Amino acid sequence: MQIGLTHYLTASGILFAIGLAGIILRRDMIIIYMCLEIMLNAANLALVAFSRYNSNLSGQVLVFFVITVAAAEVAVGLALIVALFRVKHSTKAEDITLLKF
Amino acid sequence: MENFFFWTFVLTMIGSGIGVIANKNPVASAMNLVLMIISIAGLFVLLGAYFLAAVQVLVYAGAVMVLFLFIIMLLDLKAEQQANFRMLGIIGGLLTVLLLGIGFFLAGKNITSLVGKMGIVIQNNSIKALGELLFGNYALAFEAVGVLLLISMIGVIILSKKDLD
Repeated sequence: MQIGLTHYLTASGILFAIGLAGIILRRDMIIIYMCLEIMLNAANLALVAFSRYNSNLSGQVLVFFVITVAAAEVAVGLALIVALFRVKHSTKAEDITLLKF
Repeated sequence: MENFFFWTFVLTMIGSGIGVIANKNPVASAMNLVLMIISIAGLFVLLGAYFLAAVQVLVYAGAVMVLFLFIIMLLDLKAEQQANFRMLGIIGGLLTVLLLGIGFFLAGKNITSLVGKMGIVIQNNSIKALGELLFGNYALAFEAVGVLLLISMIGVIILSKKDLD
């Protein structure tokens, strides 16, 4: 069986769904961040597959930028988690209720 | 041979993706995430994106995961004591995943007719072409990403200061 674009897109969709399910199910903010990474990687996989089967390199450039922005986002997000841990002594999402009315 | 590698990488990717959200121990989740990232890098190699595969391993499996593990060790996170999955959360999550899957399936049917030339691959995936595109057409975006990295670095330093208030 020839591996085509549909196979890669299906794999990417399944991976995205796993990441989304993790964000909904898990309570730990660090795990939620990991699930965000899973979803970004799923999008990257779809972009590279489209880039290959349309033979258009711009998709790969976009993936390069997505990886860069994701790295910056992880650095800022983890600094925020550490700052919150200093105040609340917890990384559970339900413990962070500073803005709750 | 390509089929074998494709299925190996995809099954590893999905299995370790499920492992990330199913493990109670954060360190085990991070290790599963490393495995997932490496298998995605393998898929990038199958797709001919060699430079991106290298970047994926260097940036994600190298830098980002070290950051994750460093924070997990720093905060000394224990494994979650009990399974505090709420029933509503499980039902909502499964429903969302199901609806999303249906949406992807319906979108995918249109996409296959849209692309048309399935399986036909033109070999222009050289790193030279990618570099010319990156420093030619997308030079401004490249500079902007550099500024973004600088800003996030300064932001992290300010956030990590002792007297945040």
